[in-house]
Amino acid sequence: MDVHEYRNGEADTVPLEVSPGQESDPREHLVVVGNGMAGCRAIEELLARDARRYRITIIGAEPHVNYNRIMLSPVLAGEKSFDEIVINGLHWYAVNGIDLITGDPVRAIDRVTKVVTCASGRSTGYDRLLIATGSDPFIIPVPGKDLPGVISFRDMNDVDAMLAAAEAGKAEGGGAAVVIGGGLLGLEAAHGLSLRGMKVTVLHLPGTLMERQLDEAAGWLLKTALEARGQTILTNADTAEVFGEGKVEGVRLKDGREIPASLVVMAVGIRPAVGLARDCGLAVGRGIQVDDHMVTSDPAILAVGECVEHDGQVYGLVAPLWDMCRSLADGLVGTINPYRGSVTSTKLKVAGLDVFSAGDFSGDGMCEDIILRDASRGIYKRVVVKEDRIVGAVLYGDTADGNWYFDLLKKGEPIADIRDALIFGQAFATGGGTADPKAAVAALSDDAEICGCNGVSKGKVVACIAAGNTTLDAVRATCKASASCGSCTGLVETLLALTLGTDYSGERAVKPLCGCTSFGHDDVRREIVVQQCRSIPEVMQKLHWATPDGCASCRPALNYYLLCAWPGRYEDDQQSRFVNERLHANIQKDGTYSVVPRMWGGLTNPRELRAIADVVEKYNAPMVKVTGGQRLDIFGIRKEDLPAVWADLNAAGMVSGHAYGKALRTVKTCVGAEWCRFGTQDSTGLGVKLEKMSWGSWMPHKFKIAVSGCPRNCAEATIKDFGVVCVDSGYELHIGGNGGIHVRATDLLCKVATEREALEHCAAFIQLYREEARYLERTAPWIERVGADYVRARIVDDEAGRGALAARFLHSQSFSQDDPWAARAAGIGREQHAHMAQFQPIAAEDMA
Amino acid sequence: MIGEWLDIGWLNEIPMRGSRTVPVAGGEEIVVFRTGDNRVFALANRCPHKGGPLSQGIVHGHHVACPLHNWTIALATGEAQGADRGCTPTIPVKVDGGRVLICRAGALKAAA
Ligand code: SRM
Ligand SMILES: Cc1cc2nc3c(=O)[nH]c(=O)nc-3n(C[C@H](O)[C@H](O)[C@H](O)COP(=O)(O)OP(=O)(O)OC[C@H]3O[C@@H](n4cnc5c(N)ncnc54)[C@H](O)[C@@H]3O)c2cc1C
Ligand code: SF4
Ligand code: FES
Repeated sequence: MDVHEYRNGEADTVPLEVSPGQESDPREHLVVVGNGMAGCRAIEELLARDARRYRITIIGAEPHVNYNRIMLSPVLAGEKSFDEIVINGLHWYAVNGIDLITGDPVRAIDRVTKVVTCASGRSTGYDRLLIATGSDPFIIPVPGKDLPGVISFRDMNDVDAMLAAAEAGKAEGGGAAVVIGGGLLGLEAAHGLSLRGMKVTVLHLPGTLMERQLDEAAGWLLKTALEARGQTILTNADTAEVFGEGKVEGVRLKDGREIPASLVVMAVGIRPAVGLARDCGLAVGRGIQVDDHMVTSDPAILAVGECVEHDGQVYGLVAPLWDMCRSLADGLVGTINPYRGSVTSTKLKVAGLDVFSAGDFSGDGMCEDIILRDASRGIYKRVVVKEDRIVGAVLYGDTADGNWYFDLLKKGEPIADIRDALIFGQAFATGGGTADPKAAVAALSDDAEICGCNGVSKGKVVACIAAGNTTLDAVRATCKASASCGSCTGLVETLLALTLGTDYSGERAVKPLCGCTSFGHDDVRREIVVQQCRSIPEVMQKLHWATPDGCASCRPALNYYLLCAWPGRYEDDQQSRFVNERLHANIQKDGTYSVVPRMWGGLTNPRELRAIADVVEKYNAPMVKVTGGQRLDIFGIRKEDLPAVWADLNAAGMVSGHAYGKALRTVKTCVGAEWCRFGTQDSTGLGVKLEKMSWGSWMPHKFKIAVSGCPRNCAEATIKDFGVVCVDSGYELHIGGNGGIHVRATDLLCKVATEREALEHCAAFIQLYREEARYLERTAPWIERVGADYVRARIVDDEAGRGALAARFLHSQSFSQDDPWAARAAGIGREQHAHMAQFQPIAAEDMA
Repeated sequence: MIGEWLDIGWLNEIPMRGSRTVPVAGGEEIVVFRTGDNRVFALANRCPHKGGPLSQGIVHGHHVACPLHNWTIALATGEAQGADRGCTPTIPVKVDGGRVLICRAGALKAAA
């Protein structure tokens, strides 16, 4: 045996000697390229089977003995030293007679002469060769990627570079680092650097952290937790370049933002290291292709670890490597034990953050999600079940049962018997031989806390029920259990069922918003404000939604409620909007769109009419129609042409008519006092003012206004959401009319003397409707529900309240009165109007 | 197998919980969806009900709600959910190195 250990860079200069005697060793010579995790584990497995069968040489590029790569994260974080993560020290090579060469990468393999050649020029003959070269970090090809200070996170060298940067930063009172990539590696690097005192910004291209392992809900929780620890996390952040004079000074994003940094860690992914194999002509796909015993296309050469592709799969975690190494070693000693691929699970190694993910959550209609959210404890668990088997799991906050789920998943165990209690974990689902969540709740002691928010014990809840509070709402009102975040609702309902037996109907008075939640619309609106929820994933977590990202009913509702609660601060979620509001036009049965420009108060002029006529001709619109709301509707526009159509209409001074939105539609007017022989007031003028005040606002449902110049009411103001009928002495204001499916004439709100008052009442009424009606509830059913007297009390009788409502409306309007068409015409959201690619089936290589 | 997978662009060109379309010359449009947990599915852009453009629907979980009459379609199978009956053809799709690839034969069949 012979050990050559060289520090970095020395390999080329130090002459290498082969131990005398070895040339005459009659055994087959097994040479391993790569002194990493898979290469050494393979040798351990081999030695365990037959310690003497091969003469072994290991050649490694790194200047170290075999260490545990996954523990580089704890080393960076200061939790472990390098010595503590060594798997096999020099002694191991010595006692097993392994010839070790470090710091001298193999540069070429000659398969004919069976010789490998190293960078130093040294060549070694082999009978069997094992390639275990791992992966290379992927470096994104942006300008500045080669500047000093740009590193990856793969080996001990990188950790040393990070520690040095942190040390240098300390001298300057901190130091800033940018980590590109919010996956497992990137987040572990960011965590370590921030513990080492650096100010860390993580740039992540997708919208969700660790998007390959986590769903949106868990990704959001993780982001929130990391931000609370002082890291800056930028998602949807697309790196344009790394800049600096002679060394890194910062990163510039495609949107122009610049983040100063003295260190940039690229952790965006890995590529199997296949260069050697490819150069010597082995079969290589994404990785070095191997059979079930890790043999490559050359029977004398094996490969193992991250560098291989087995059955079309490549792996980036250690568990599959262990499986591969077993089959490899069996193969080397002539035992048949084929490798059949691995299912993987992931854990994030950041102290205090428990994140686990395993398997696959791609549902195919047959999959079912079981979800548990506990907002007060910051827990999210999702188990995906298909045909009675677990196929995937995501756990955040409490990962204790991760291995149990993973085990059930790998074994493909049927879970029907424990399904109801599955999500509560192993103890619950298998405890006491029963899988009954009721039994588990029954078994809780009287002191056990049921409601964490209000500190209510099981004993108190049971006493409360026994005292006659036999519904959930009554329990909530009396002892406050589940009255806050609601996450213990299920437990309280189980206690109701246990205490009342068959007397408990399980009926809840409140109709849930949709199947994703037990909360009603009003509860959700209240909690958004009370709990200061700022995003859809946050609402879903805090109100323990039962689905990962909601449904087509709740998403638009939540988007509206958030927008209404936090004007100017909430960032609209386009993907939670119905197509018409996303594309700012009305979809038609053939998939084309109709376009209705705003014509204030129903008035128009030659310039607008000419522009509309030109658009109709230029884009071959098959039809143009005068609508019931006094506008012109252009039909049959293709989504690709919409921005150009809008640009043309904008040029003539016209903006979006919101004919597509849960928003102010039209203000219909009649000719009024200016021309009509019966007119009492300027109805067209007031109509224009009302429309200029109210356009662009998002509302629970569409909203229509009309102003008639006299009680003949030619504008049909008494079937509008807000109607004005002018009379000699002023303006009658009407509310809650509807001409749709169920015709409803308006209620009289009040009579006012001036236009100014009419405008203020209108603004206050709209805001009351915006703040209190349920999503998709028009004013007519809303007023039927709350009563016209309630609305009068808020708007007419309460003068201060009216002023405050109107002021809130105008404040929110200061953020909504931008023409969405102009933004689209200028190129924002361009991708929504363009195809991703074209497909010509005739030519061979044909994608544009 | 080279040539069997058609590269149609970067994954992040598709908005999360959104979709992009790929027209097929002389055939029907294809839609590629990206879900909230970053899975990708490709289907013919046609609702089994009355041909609504599924690309314009709201994506939730691994489903899309058709924009015309709100049928829910499972992205993985193309099957209408609940009481509705009908199926949209699906196309094999995968992501490799951030690029989205669709199966040529599947695309031709679905678009035919
Ligand atoms: C264009 C127009 C018909 C016309 O050619 O005149 C029209 C067209 C549509 N109406 Fe209407 N309604 C039109 C005036 C009306 C009116 C009359 C009015 O506004 O004075 C009513 C009754 C008044 C009312 O709203 O109370 C009306 C009651 C409805 C309803 C029933 C609403 C209800 O609360 O019951 C719907 C369905 C809905 O909104 O859910 C509807 C829905 C629709 C939709 C949006 C159907 C759809 O979802 O695709 C149609 C869109 C066509 C398009 O692409 O532009 N439309 N619709 C009228 C456009 C008004 C405008 O100028 O902006
Ligand atoms: C910071 C970090 C944290 C991680 N955390 C986890 C985790 O928590 N869980 C998990 O499952 N996985 C984790 N991984 C991944 C895990 O470390 C890898 O899957 C594993 O190390 C792969 O083993 P390997 O032997 O294939 O490659 P490696 O361990 O990289 O070994 C390959 C070796 O070959 C050497 N080499 C390359 N080319 C040549 C050449 N031409 N000549 C000689 N030598 C060469 C390399 O220098 C390297 O030492 C982590 C990885 C990193 C970097
Ligand atoms: S009444 Fe309205 S919704 Fe019905 S067909 Fe006419 S435009 Fe469409
Ligand atoms: S066309 Fe899709 S639901 Fe009718």
